[in-house]
Amino acid sequence: MTKINLWKEAKTSLFIALWFVILTFPIMVIKVNTIDDIVEWRWVRILFVGIGAFFFSAAYRYMLYRRKTGARRESKTRVLKIHRLGINTALDAAFFSQKKVALPGILFIAIAIILFPFITSMYQTNIISTALLSVMLGMGLNIVVGLGGMLHLGYIAFYAVGAYTYALLNYHFGVNFWVALPLGGLFSMIFGILLGIPVLRLKGDYLAIVTLGFGEIIRIVLENWNEFSFGPSGIANIPRPGFFGVKLSIQHASIFTYFILVALVVFTIFIVSRLKNSRLGRAWEAMREDDIACEAMGVDITKAKMTAFALGAFWAGLAGVVFASKTTFINPASFTMWESIVVLCIVVLGGMGSLGGVVIGALLIVLLPEYLRAFSEYRMLLFGAVLVVMMIFRPEGLIRARRHVFTFEHGENKSEAEK
Amino acid sequence: MKLDFFLGLLLGGLTRGSIYALLALGYTMVYGIIQLINFAHGEIYMIGAFTALIVAGVLTLSGMPTLAIFAIALVVAVVYAMGYGYTIEKMAYKPLRQAPRLSVLISAIGMSMFLQNYVLLAQTSDFQPFPALIPEFAFLEPYRKIISSSQLFILITTAIVMVLLTILIRYTRTGKAMRATSQDKTMAMLVGINVNKVISTTFIIGSGTAALGGLLISSHIGQINFYIGFIAGIKAFVAAVLGGIGSIPGAVLGSFVLGMTESFGTGLVSSDYEDVFAFVFLILILIFRPEGLLGRSTKQKV
Repeated sequence: MTKINLWKEAKTSLFIALWFVILTFPIMVIKVNTIDDIVEWRWVRILFVGIGAFFFSAAYRYMLYRRKTGARRESKTRVLKIHRLGINTALDAAFFSQKKVALPGILFIAIAIILFPFITSMYQTNIISTALLSVMLGMGLNIVVGLGGMLHLGYIAFYAVGAYTYALLNYHFGVNFWVALPLGGLFSMIFGILLGIPVLRLKGDYLAIVTLGFGEIIRIVLENWNEFSFGPSGIANIPRPGFFGVKLSIQHASIFTYFILVALVVFTIFIVSRLKNSRLGRAWEAMREDDIACEAMGVDITKAKMTAFALGAFWAGLAGVVFASKTTFINPASFTMWESIVVLCIVVLGGMGSLGGVVIGALLIVLLPEYLRAFSEYRMLLFGAVLVVMMIFRPEGLIRARRHVFTFEHGENKSEAEK
Repeated sequence: MKLDFFLGLLLGGLTRGSIYALLALGYTMVYGIIQLINFAHGEIYMIGAFTALIVAGVLTLSGMPTLAIFAIALVVAVVYAMGYGYTIEKMAYKPLRQAPRLSVLISAIGMSMFLQNYVLLAQTSDFQPFPALIPEFAFLEPYRKIISSSQLFILITTAIVMVLLTILIRYTRTGKAMRATSQDKTMAMLVGINVNKVISTTFIIGSGTAALGGLLISSHIGQINFYIGFIAGIKAFVAAVLGGIGSIPGAVLGSFVLGMTESFGTGLVSSDYEDVFAFVFLILILIFRPEGLLGRSTKQKV
């Protein structure tokens, strides 16, 4: 292993910093106003760019060096012994064995979650509710991207379908929240299947661009079809969820929404983690690793893709209904493509395919810009950088998805043969 | 249909098509070589247009003639765009050569988002008026209603760029190396081609033509903002796929077909759904003819 020559590295970084100063010079420093012919020179920025680029490039090069010299941790695998039980039971055993992790810890978190809205303000409760919505969206997208390995850039369209389902059904027929919730999920699922049909043959880049196009088509239609969706002005006065017919004050309604979301998130995590270890989930993961080999092993790729799209869409639809009831106003501007990419960012940052990762990713992506106000202006800039940096240095995300390895126990071979 | 109206739509379509073609070339060349949709390509186009705006703004103060300003702005914009293209490739794509395709694609999306917000924060989110840099030709005066000077200029420039690129790819050593790399990277390395250099060159050329397109269309339309690159980029990609991705004549043909469709679609149907045409088109092509108009269908290697 070669030693790092500090002096040489510093010189290289200095050179790179100079390159960035020149490269960003026109856009960072000069600002023109062609109407009044005013040119504004903002020289101080050169200093920021230069110093920033110097340290950034030093860090970047150091990380690349570390990556190259193989200073990476071995990936965690969980070895499961299989004998007469079959894979499903072995996985069940694995799933339930996780329970013994720390009962007091889980209890503590549960109590904290329940007490949270009563201790803190309504403002805090609303922020956490938003984060929980993102957790649901992340979980749904994780099925498509993390487990199925299909890059989906129009995911937010399903969220829009859910939100508009509730808003429109309520507007025309006075349908209440609890009826709309499953309907929103169902409609989204139908849209997921409709999108699934044309994209079955596509993969990778084509899939990404078609899903992006699909998302944009939905948004443009919502924006322009005034008779149907009320266009850019959106739909207002969507009722908040009712509590057994009791009309709640805004404060109580937001606490109630918070609990609905907590329940939905727990439900989502439970279902998705069960799905992940099911036959279907294993088919998705096999498809992600190598779709040709997977097909050759007898997995029905068509079915796997369709179910991934449909189930992914389902959670977005549910989240959409809750979103509409939480904000009481929706318009197409909430469902732009960049929202899809923020959800993608949640999945990538947290760790594709890992459920705990998605929760942490969603909390980070939503809460950090909320609590660090100074930084919220640079939110999208940093998300972009996060996507690039994560892909280069830590493609598996903050929390690595566990991999299962199955081994047969030799002693049991005989009994296996007897069967 | 009135003839004037028809001709207007036709020329509008050709102009759009030319700009898409300048962008689609970059996509198709990069895709041909490293099989990556360079999402940040549209951003290069936007950065090219912004650089030209800034240079033109500074030079206008010095009272230079418009033609000189145009020439300098053009050169600076193209050179800077090449610099950005080169840097993006080195930073965001080169470390991912061995990584799965999904990772590179996510990295490209991240880069696109980063560049958009970089220009948004460093400049402004408002639409900026863009000075008309392309001079008015006197001989076009009688036909002003049908074709503007900038349209003619765009058509001619695009044609010249196409011819130059074809020559570059067909007859020069660089072009040969590019073709070899796109066919088989490992084999190209074995015969002594510096693949990294070829990839850098591809990015540089593609970025240059994208910046040219950005400058020309901004001068024609008269305003820009940080978001112009993204939709233009997606549409140019659609054009590249339509023509058969990886094929240069295909990209040009696809661009003109898409430009015409959009021009006639918005003129005859509705301008509200302008962006929808491209996407519907894309979905239809991918279902019925995934290899594009001029592309060859490839067998999947296992």
